[in-house]
Amino acid sequence: MLRTKDKKRVDKKMKKVGSDEIICLDNVSKSYSTGAPALNGINLRVKRGEFVFIVGDSGSGKSTLIKLLLRELTPTEGRIVVNGTDVEKLKRRKVPKFRRNMGVVFQDFRLLKDRNVYENVAFAQRIIQAPTREIRRNVPAILSTVGLAGKYKAKPKQLSGGEQQRVALARALINKPPILLADEPTGNLDPKNSWDIMKLLEQINQNGTTVLIVTHNREIVNAMQKRVITMKKGVIVSDEEKGGYIDED
Amino acid sequence: MRINSFFYTLKQGVTSIFRNKWFSLASIATISACLFLFGLFYAVIVNFQNVVKTAEEGVSVTVFFDEGITEDRIAGIGDMIQKRTEVSKVVYVSADEAWDSFKDEYLGEYSDGFTENPLADSANYEIYMADVSKQAQLVTYLESIDGVREVNKSEVTANTLSGVNMLIGYVSAGIIGILLLVSVFLISNTVTIGISVRKEEIEIMKYIGATDFFVRAPFVVEGIIIGMLGSALPLIVIYFIYNNVVEYVATKFQILNSLLQFLPVHTIFATLIPVSIGMGVGIGFVGSFVTVRKHLRV
Repeated sequence: MLRTKDKKRVDKKMKKVGSDEIICLDNVSKSYSTGAPALNGINLRVKRGEFVFIVGDSGSGKSTLIKLLLRELTPTEGRIVVNGTDVEKLKRRKVPKFRRNMGVVFQDFRLLKDRNVYENVAFAQRIIQAPTREIRRNVPAILSTVGLAGKYKAKPKQLSGGEQQRVALARALINKPPILLADEPTGNLDPKNSWDIMKLLEQINQNGTTVLIVTHNREIVNAMQKRVITMKKGVIVSDEEKGGYIDED
Repeated sequence: MRINSFFYTLKQGVTSIFRNKWFSLASIATISACLFLFGLFYAVIVNFQNVVKTAEEGVSVTVFFDEGITEDRIAGIGDMIQKRTEVSKVVYVSADEAWDSFKDEYLGEYSDGFTENPLADSANYEIYMADVSKQAQLVTYLESIDGVREVNKSEVTANTLSGVNMLIGYVSAGIIGILLLVSVFLISNTVTIGISVRKEEIEIMKYIGATDFFVRAPFVVEGIIIGMLGSALPLIVIYFIYNNVVEYVATKFQILNSLLQFLPVHTIFATLIPVSIGMGVGIGFVGSFVTVRKHLRV
């Protein structure tokens, strides 16, 4: 745990966090009950509107980082501030509202299988209690942005992997969150679909959304020339603007 | 909650029943089976209790008076007895009525030879009990009243009936208790399994930022509807079975009619409907509420 002196220092730092930093991790560690710490003293700043890749082998701590940002887990040490909210101080009942700041996309799409494309996307609007009139206007608009306007009645199992990921993207974006977290968004897709999704994510980023992508896709990371944070055994080993995928040595 | 969210929740609860039709059917069947057994047992017990109660009401204690007692004194004794809580009814039988009844029952046409009433001192009160288990207490009281010559009672009948009544009370409480426990266990297990397979759905909702209430509400609506259906079905079946059995026994076993008076179906259902529906809805509500809670910590 942080000593009182350290805590005060971190608090001071957090107060200094300007509005241009949307994600801020200070000396963050996370240990599970068994084994080595999953994250060890991570310091990370992400500015509004940035496009960031987080790469690393299995067990490097990428998924733990995403879970901490989503407040699925709380850090054992350190502070996390997301869009001005100190995640550790967040009460459980405030977590749903906090999560609406972030659109999330997963490798396995995580769509509601028994609902059609329209309902899957509309669901994100229903939880913020958007009026039906607004839902009817917004869902077709976002579906057409991701190129699925004609498939709104289809069930997830009737769609290809790429199409399912587009639905997941539409759902993540419909409430216009300032941050988009994508955990291996191309992990289950072929190269063509992977590129299509990446282009969409780039387009979303150009519209002002901060995009954080956890990936293993070397080709895409190297080609896109964005900021790349490389993790290994729970620590950040490299953080490069316009970086590339660092090979395991 | 906005009005459209309210209707959305209701709609989701209903459509969920159809989407997960096998789980819904299994839950309805489990609730129905449990409440059917419960209802059937309840109907049998209530009728049995009714038979015992009818028998109890027929148990009487007879009080005879001292020779030469005045009519006023007899009336006074009658008032005193009537005030006792264990007494339901006091019937005065005059000496003439007692003789007429005796003649009709035992002598028939051979009674012509009697010119005077041989039962001149047999005016009495027939006392019917509200609570047959207190017969001994009443008899002691009656024997202590001035002017009472003799008290006739049937201790064996009273004790047997009181014992049977107590036994039915214990047995039915025990069996209803066991049935309830088994029902709650079976139903909550079915609900748990049904919701656990939808764990992923709950997780997705939570990741998107749905509140616990928003995630839980459709499940609870679903649980309540399943509970209502599960309790209504056995009520309908029991209604038909009961009516048919009553009719069958009444026509095929007429000899039993004087002994066995079935309670009308509406008397049984006056209790059975609210209890069954309350149990079904309650179990559906609590089962879904508790089970969803387990998966909400995402």
